[in-house]
Amino acid sequence: MVMEIVCPAGTPASLRAAVTAGAHTVYCGFADETNARNFPGLNFDRAEMREGIGFAHAHGARVLVAINTFPRAGDEALWHRAVADAESCGADAVILADLGLLDHAARHHPGLRRHLSVQAAAANADALNFYAESFGVKRVVLPRVLSVPEIAAINAETAVETEVFVFGGLCVMAEGRCSLSSFATGRSPNMNGVCSPASHVAYHDAGGVLDARLGGYTIHRVGKDEPAPYPTLCKGCFSAGEKTGHLFEDPVSLNAEQLIPQLHKAGVTALKIEGRQRSRSYVAQVVRNFRAAVDALEAGKPLPEGMLARLSEGQAMTTGAYRKTWR
Amino acid sequence: MDLTVGPLQFFWSADRWSAFHAGLASAPVDRVVLGELVCSKRLPFFQDRIPEAIATLVAAGKEVALTSLALVTLKRERKATADLAAMGLAVEVNDLTALAHLPEGTPFWVGPMVNVYNEGTIAWLARRGATRICLPPELPLESVAQLARAGAEHGVAIEVWGHGRLPLAISGRCYHARMHGRTKDNCQFACEDDPDGLDVKTLDGQRFLAMNGVQTLSDSHACAAHQVEALAEAGVDALRLSPQSRGFDRICRMYRQRLDGDLCPDRMVEELGRIDAGMQLSDGFLTGQRGADWSGARQPDARPLDA
Repeated sequence: MVMEIVCPAGTPASLRAAVTAGAHTVYCGFADETNARNFPGLNFDRAEMREGIGFAHAHGARVLVAINTFPRAGDEALWHRAVADAESCGADAVILADLGLLDHAARHHPGLRRHLSVQAAAANADALNFYAESFGVKRVVLPRVLSVPEIAAINAETAVETEVFVFGGLCVMAEGRCSLSSFATGRSPNMNGVCSPASHVAYHDAGGVLDARLGGYTIHRVGKDEPAPYPTLCKGCFSAGEKTGHLFEDPVSLNAEQLIPQLHKAGVTALKIEGRQRSRSYVAQVVRNFRAAVDALEAGKPLPEGMLARLSEGQAMTTGAYRKTWR
Repeated sequence: MDLTVGPLQFFWSADRWSAFHAGLASAPVDRVVLGELVCSKRLPFFQDRIPEAIATLVAAGKEVALTSLALVTLKRERKATADLAAMGLAVEVNDLTALAHLPEGTPFWVGPMVNVYNEGTIAWLARRGATRICLPPELPLESVAQLARAGAEHGVAIEVWGHGRLPLAISGRCYHARMHGRTKDNCQFACEDDPDGLDVKTLDGQRFLAMNGVQTLSDSHACAAHQVEALAEAGVDALRLSPQSRGFDRICRMYRQRLDGDLCPDRMVEELGRIDAGMQLSDGFLTGQRGADWSGARQPDARPLDA
């Protein structure tokens, strides 16, 4: 079967662009704290969600609604409502991370397909099977800490579908288990749906040298004419012992397009593209390229080469943990 | 409130590991969680010391639980996690993989690496057999209070991170190894040189984080000195103290005195400074704007955060 391309949509326009460009599936979220890309100006209100899902369905595409932050104590109703509204808008599945919310969805919305978010960091077959047995989860988005052989081993021991990230931003920490951002800024992926938020970024010009700070911590320092990467905490420049540099990860983004055949062989069902914060033209271009790649694979033809390098906005590309270079 | 000693987060030699756990027998704490939380490669070095440590602590009247790893990916890690269930002690689940191996209805504890953010999650864990939950450190006091109420309702004891470097992230990549130009499989146990983690500073030389193999911690030691009354008021059952190489016996005694009302926060902070003058403190996850904040810094005569 052809591998499923799962594309981000931060806006209704991006959703339409992704579907038109050939996305099999689009994922998106409501415009509040219930989703892990809670950025200003992004995401869908209820009417937009209903319309977007209608548009996708009319074009033979599916829509997954990400409700993948961890509900705040005392405010679970907001998250419960999001699940109910996703169902009534016609979503093909919800993407959840929280145990309590999974339990709620399984009991109150049994007919609504449940996917496990990468934010749940289920990283082995026992964990996947546990979520399937406990909550009827049909698909798991795998954390970006696994190599291709590890992914193959997982698929050999589970009937749950797996989805992996192939392009875009790259977390080097196990997702959903990182509070670096809230330590430095008070705003976190798990609680607020944001990481290293722009509201806490400041650039400081000190005579030809530009500092990028997050929450007051200097994360990057570049010459005035050099490109200044966004100060995401785990991709910052730090010193430890005698070393100064990108101690956790370089400012790179993920591109696993050349690994598509291996991921297919490893039993992966769906390929996920990160970037609900990206423009619709970016989304359309990435979708077209990945769709061409999986169609070529299905037809037994060679993959088109190096198609996406120019979309990385000058950042270096990495295959992340997939090639086992971490291990 | 009473006191729990969490699992050692760092890599110490087997002898040091044994001596530390033997010492806890006489510490004024109520329970101890032991075992390997961070990296499965460390476990073979002290695994054979665990039964003796358990026997000593149980004989001293401590409740004892075994921690699971915080991130389970490899086959041998899955096996080690499954084996925990057969040890005859409570398991502290720090990755849900461990729960997959516990028969339905077996009582268990939940550690701070499991995402427990709301009442629904506590209710589900309680139905599954949880009797004690240490909340994730990033939760604010208002959430802690809500969750303590939910815990009481479901018969689950609620613990809060009381002292020690905060576990902020876990990865598939070993940063100690990466720093030495090695991969995780060929790490040569570089993390052993740093019994409290390796300090990570910003480009301005500001202390910020600490590296501990695949784990990233805060530079500052969380400290609940100023929060004891508020946490008690919220209905929290226990404070968790996380082991460190220097002065840990004194730290346990100080928190005991603080809970008993025999030590005031300022005096306690002063004494912590005597253990390690460079130790920065934080309690911002509970009451600050951000995790790194320290409520002591708002007092006029206290050391500023980045001094």
